[in-house]
Amino acid sequence: MYKYDEYDQQMVDTRVAEFRDQVRRRLAGELTEDQFKPLRLQNGLYLQLHAYMLRVAVPYGTMNSAQMKVLGDIADKYDRGYGHFTTRTNIQYNWIKLEDTPDALADLAKVEMHAIQTSGNCIRNISSDQYAGASADEVVDPRPYAELLRQWSSFHPEFLVLPRKFKIAVIASEIDRAAMRLHDIGINLVRNEAGEVGAEFYVGGGMGRTPFVAKKIKDFVPIDQMVTYAEACVRVYNRYGRRDNKYKARIKILVHELGLEAYSKEVDAEFAHLLSQPIEPPLAELERIQAMFFDPAFETGLSDELDLSDPDFRLWVERNTYAHKAPGYVIANVSLKPIGGIPGDATSDQIRLMADLAKDYSFDELRVTHAQNIVFPHVKKSDLYALWQKLEKADLSTPNLDTVGDIIACPGLDYCSLANARSIPVAQKISERFGSAERQAEIGELKLKISGCINACGHHHAGHIGILGVDKKGKENYQLLLGGSEGADTSLAKITGPGFDEDGVVDATEKAIDVYLANKQGDERFLDTYRRIGMAPFKEAIYG
Amino acid sequence: MKIVTANDLKSGAVIWWTGVGWSLDVNEAADVGDDGAKVIAREEGAQNAVSAYVIDAEKDEQGVRPAHIKERIRAFGPTVRLDLTVKPADANAVNWVI
Repeated sequence: MYKYDEYDQQMVDTRVAEFRDQVRRRLAGELTEDQFKPLRLQNGLYLQLHAYMLRVAVPYGTMNSAQMKVLGDIADKYDRGYGHFTTRTNIQYNWIKLEDTPDALADLAKVEMHAIQTSGNCIRNISSDQYAGASADEVVDPRPYAELLRQWSSFHPEFLVLPRKFKIAVIASEIDRAAMRLHDIGINLVRNEAGEVGAEFYVGGGMGRTPFVAKKIKDFVPIDQMVTYAEACVRVYNRYGRRDNKYKARIKILVHELGLEAYSKEVDAEFAHLLSQPIEPPLAELERIQAMFFDPAFETGLSDELDLSDPDFRLWVERNTYAHKAPGYVIANVSLKPIGGIPGDATSDQIRLMADLAKDYSFDELRVTHAQNIVFPHVKKSDLYALWQKLEKADLSTPNLDTVGDIIACPGLDYCSLANARSIPVAQKISERFGSAERQAEIGELKLKISGCINACGHHHAGHIGILGVDKKGKENYQLLLGGSEGADTSLAKITGPGFDEDGVVDATEKAIDVYLANKQGDERFLDTYRRIGMAPFKEAIYG
Repeated sequence: MKIVTANDLKSGAVIWWTGVGWSLDVNEAADVGDDGAKVIAREEGAQNAVSAYVIDAEKDEQGVRPAHIKERIRAFGPTVRLDLTVKPADANAVNWVI
C-alpha cells in the first residue's frame, strides 16, 4: 500500500498543528463560530445531532493493521467505544469533543491518516473496488491510479471551493463493486486493443435529491493523460456549475442541463488547452506509486481445497468469500450487519480484533467497502477456518453478504442533523424479520438500502429495494422504492406509491419479497424478476 | 412553551437554556416565551454555546418534552443505543422519545 514520504508526512503533521492552533483560538474566543466553522469542516469535524462528529478518510478503503488499530484506540480515547464505517469507505466518530480533536488528528497522523477534505465542496475521499489487487477479474490494480488522483485532488488550489462536494470512484473491472456510475466522475481502467491501459470516463452520476446515472464521456483516455482529463472535467464544472442554488449545483445537473455533447465539447477544449500545460504528473510518479502496491508474497503450490464439514462455516464461505487471483487464497468479507445490529458500526474491540486478524491472516491489509463492511483481501484457504472461528467469537461472522440482511443504512435521525427520519431502526427490524439463514438463502442476492433523507447517504436509489425516510407533518414516513442497482447494470429505483410508518414499511418490504419468490424463474435475483415483471404485481401486493 | 437549545462549544454536548445558564438536562429548560432571539444573541456572543435555536416543547408531570422527534432525540439520545441515552437505566427512554 502507499507509504507517505517525508513531504506527505510533513503536510499532514503541519495541518494538525495548524488546526490545533485554530481550535485554541476558537476556545479562547479569538475566532467566532462563523469564522471557525469552515476551518473545522476542512478537517472533517461536523456538528451533528448530539455532538461533534469526526469523519476520517480511508483513501480507496485500504488500510493496514496499525491504521485500523488506531481507529479502535481513537474510539476508546476520544469517543464512546465504537466507530461507524460509511458508504464513502470512511469512518465516523459520533461523540468527539472539540478540545480533543487535535489530539485525535495527531494520533491519526502517526499512522499516515487524516480527516482532510472529508467535508466541504472539494474532491472527497477517492473510492475504489474493495477487492482491488486481489480479484482475478481486474484489468489492473486500480489503487495506484486512485492514489495518484488523491494526491492531485488533495489541496488542489482550484478545487477547494467547488460549487458542491465532488466524488470520484476508480475501478478496473467489468464487475463494478464501487457504484462507479453513481459518482460525479467514474473512471473504469481498461485496456485497448494494443494492450495499453487507459481510462474510460463517466460523468454526472449521483444520488441525492435528483439522482442520475453517470454518462460515458470518453471510451479511452491514455493513462499518461488521465489526471489532465479529470482536471478538464472538474475545471468545466467549476466554471459553469451553479453556485446560486445548492440543489442544482452538482455536476450531474450541469451535464443534464447542458447536455452531454455540449459539456463534452467544453471538456475537450479545456483538455486540449491543458495538454499544452505541464500539469500531468510524469509517468515515473505513477510508477513510483505502483511500486508500493505490489502483490504480497503469496505462497505457491497451495491446495484450493477447503474442509466444509462445519455447516456454519460452509454457509459463511458460500456467502461471504470471493475468488482470489492466487491459487490457495480467498477474499473474506466481514459483515458489519449482525442480525438486528446497526449497519456499519463496530466496537473498538472489534476494530482492534480485525486489525490483529489482518496482520495474522491477510498480509496486514484490510479494506472498507461502500456497503459498510470490512474485507480481508488475501486469506490463505488453509487459514480460513481459524479466521472464521475468531470472527465468530466477536460476532463478526454473520453470513449475509449481499442478502436482505446486508443493509446499507445512513445514520439517519438518530445521529444526523440533516435527516428527517430514522434509518437504523428500520434496518434492524428488516434484519430481524429476515434473520433466518434459510430464508436469506431462499431469497438470495438482494440489496436493500435505507436513507433517512433525500440526500441519499444510504444509497436508497440504488437498492434493489430502497427505503427513503421523510418527514410527514412531524412524523416519520417511509417511501418504498424498487428496481435500483449500483453495479455494471446501474439503474435508479422507482417509488412504489404512498409511504408507510416504520412497521408498515417492513411489512411492505416482506410483501415485495413474497412477490419476487412467487414469480422468480430459475436463478433470477430479486432485481431480475422485478425487471422482467415490472412494478405492477409488486404494487398490487403492497397496496392491495 | 418555547425553549432554547444549543451545543456546548468545547464538548459539543446538547445543552438547554435554564434562564440563568446552560444545563445538559432538558427538564431544566426554561420557557423563554418571545425572548429566544435575545438569549441566543447574548449567549452566542459569549462564545460558550454554538448553533443555538428556539424550539417548541411541552411540560407535564414527566418533564419537558420537545415537540418534534428530532429534538426529542437530541434531548434523550439515539433511540438505537439505550446505553448512550441520557437515561441509560430507563428502559422507557426510547418510548418517551418516539
